Amino acid sequence: MSHTPLFEVSDLRVSFGRGAAAREAVRGLSLSLAAGEVLGIVGESGSGKSLAMLSALGLNPEGSEVRGSVRFQGREIAELPRAALQKIRGAQIGMVFQDPLSSLNPVMRVGAQIMEALYLHNPRLTRREAEERATELFERVAIAQARDRLRAFPHEFSGGMRQRVMIAMAIANTPALLIADEPTTALDVTVQAQIMEMLSDLQKRLNLGLVLITHDLGVLAGYADRVAVVYAGQVVEQAPVHALFARPAHPYTRGLMAASADLSQPGEALYSIPGTPPPAGPLPPGCPFAPRCDRAGAICRETPPPLRRAPDGAAEARCHFAWQDGECR
Amino acid sequence: MTGYILRRLLAMPFLILGIITLTFALTSVTRGDPLAGIISDRQMTNPEVVAAAKARWGLDKSLPERYVTYLGNLMSGDMGTSFITRRPVAQDVMARLPATLELVTAAMIFGAGAGITLGVVAAVWRNTIVDHLARLLALIGASIPVFWMGLALLYLFSVQWGVLPGPGRLDPRATTPPQVTGFMTLDTLIAGDLRLFGNALYHLLLPAGVLGWSVAGTISRLVRANMIEILHREFITTARAKGAGELRVVLRHALRNTLVPTLTVIGYSFAYLLTGAVLTETIFSWPGMGSYAVSAARGLDYPAIIGVTIVGGVIFLITNLVTDIAYVIANPRVRPG
Repeated sequence: MSHTPLFEVSDLRVSFGRGAAAREAVRGLSLSLAAGEVLGIVGESGSGKSLAMLSALGLNPEGSEVRGSVRFQGREIAELPRAALQKIRGAQIGMVFQDPLSSLNPVMRVGAQIMEALYLHNPRLTRREAEERATELFERVAIAQARDRLRAFPHEFSGGMRQRVMIAMAIANTPALLIADEPTTALDVTVQAQIMEMLSDLQKRLNLGLVLITHDLGVLAGYADRVAVVYAGQVVEQAPVHALFARPAHPYTRGLMAASADLSQPGEALYSIPGTPPPAGPLPPGCPFAPRCDRAGAICRETPPPLRRAPDGAAEARCHFAWQDGECR
Repeated sequence: MTGYILRRLLAMPFLILGIITLTFALTSVTRGDPLAGIISDRQMTNPEVVAAAKARWGLDKSLPERYVTYLGNLMSGDMGTSFITRRPVAQDVMARLPATLELVTAAMIFGAGAGITLGVVAAVWRNTIVDHLARLLALIGASIPVFWMGLALLYLFSVQWGVLPGPGRLDPRATTPPQVTGFMTLDTLIAGDLRLFGNALYHLLLPAGVLGWSVAGTISRLVRANMIEILHREFITTARAKGAGELRVVLRHALRNTLVPTLTVIGYSFAYLLTGAVLTETIFSWPGMGSYAVSAARGLDYPAIIGVTIVGGVIFLITNLVTDIAYVIANPRVRPG
């Protein structure tokens, strides 16, 4: 991957409040994604993973400030004026959110919402063309009787169907990058797999760069090429998916894996990492995970860990003991 | 949808009957002798005249008898005869109703328009000077009584600065167009007289503005609160993620959702405006139901009081129905099958 990445975030910082009272929630997050690649971002709720992705596209909440560099197709977009960013959002970068019920406008017909996405980036589209295109999109996400269903309201759909509508809307203008923020979390387990299959299928067919934000490592095992583990607003480990599962380097990653439900061993209490991620604001010196880490030594509480690279060069982790056999499992 | 409207319409006669009964019951417990409005004080001492007057106006009958007679007459559109004007109440009311409806409708349009605009502006620029100004305007409208505001603005704009006309529906020298709807603005248009239409609109401006301002405050506060809440919803982020600009996000996505709960309040404020019209009409010499109601109440003119109350009640019922239907149309989630 020596050529220009499709999407590259460097040293992204998001803070709330101003001046001395500013509290950082995303603390220098960096990651990159190649065209057609699936990057999983995993972390607990409150780790800043969603906030970071929203902020990278200028969708950060009111009262927050974003710093750092965001490059899309080689072009710096973090400093772009609002109008220029609007041309990119929805056209070259699509987004899918967690809860499709609250993410769709309740008083607009779903067809109108899809057609709006089309019109916004193709102002000269006729009504007939837009309707035609919206029908195709519905068929593409496997909504039966596509043409009739365009006239329905979001509440007339099931959760899975609503998420299909969201996905159809996100890919309406055939973007190069799709950011899916916990796309299956709010859905029934049986539907989750269908939606993931469909996303993955679309990703391959449209050669989408896909950022898949989730707190479920299990989902990533099946679909991601690479995984970035986010803790306290930083990437603490980044590795190709098979390497990560074979040899997790960061204790936090191991904790997340242990916390995933393992159905092969019924009757066993589910593991959970003690404590909670740190809130926005200043961190204690040393490793932000140290207070929750069962292997933390004196150095962890004093010196922030450097980014260490795995011997094979493919993975990196922000832990003093990463890839140091003996010290760290 | 049609079934829903039909059910609501079927309930209307019963509600109207309820209003009539209640009005009758209320007038029977009011103190004061209606005869005082019919015959002079001197005649009151003459038992023969009193008895004759009582018989003439049906006041010698018992309340239930009067009630039944009234209902029977009402079926044929007869609301009795006013003690004061000595004309049929139905005729009086119909002559004055359009002026009131015109005033209240104009006030409603102004109040809702200004209220929604102020609310949206205040929500979008919340906690800025714009928001504070909008709050001040809303507070003034909601807390200063209509009669005081009416007098003060009439004095300033008409007497002092001469930029707005004085009381009345038209310039005193203008010839009134033939009455078709009773709405001066519509009648002048039907007559094809644009200058007269402008004059009618000009005269409507201040009374409707004063009256409308009284509800604009409430509406704007509600719109502001709803709007802020809606602007934090996820579908707003979706709209932005689609590439929609802020103006579009506010007007097309947020406002439409804000209007759903606001509609109900706008509907109810129509009733509030009908009440407020009484005072406004008195100040602006507006020949509507309000001034008629005031003189009827002063003279204990029972037929007129009851007539005005029933008509007011029916208008209220119709407004409610229209509001509920509008709510269902605006909010697809409650649309009945």
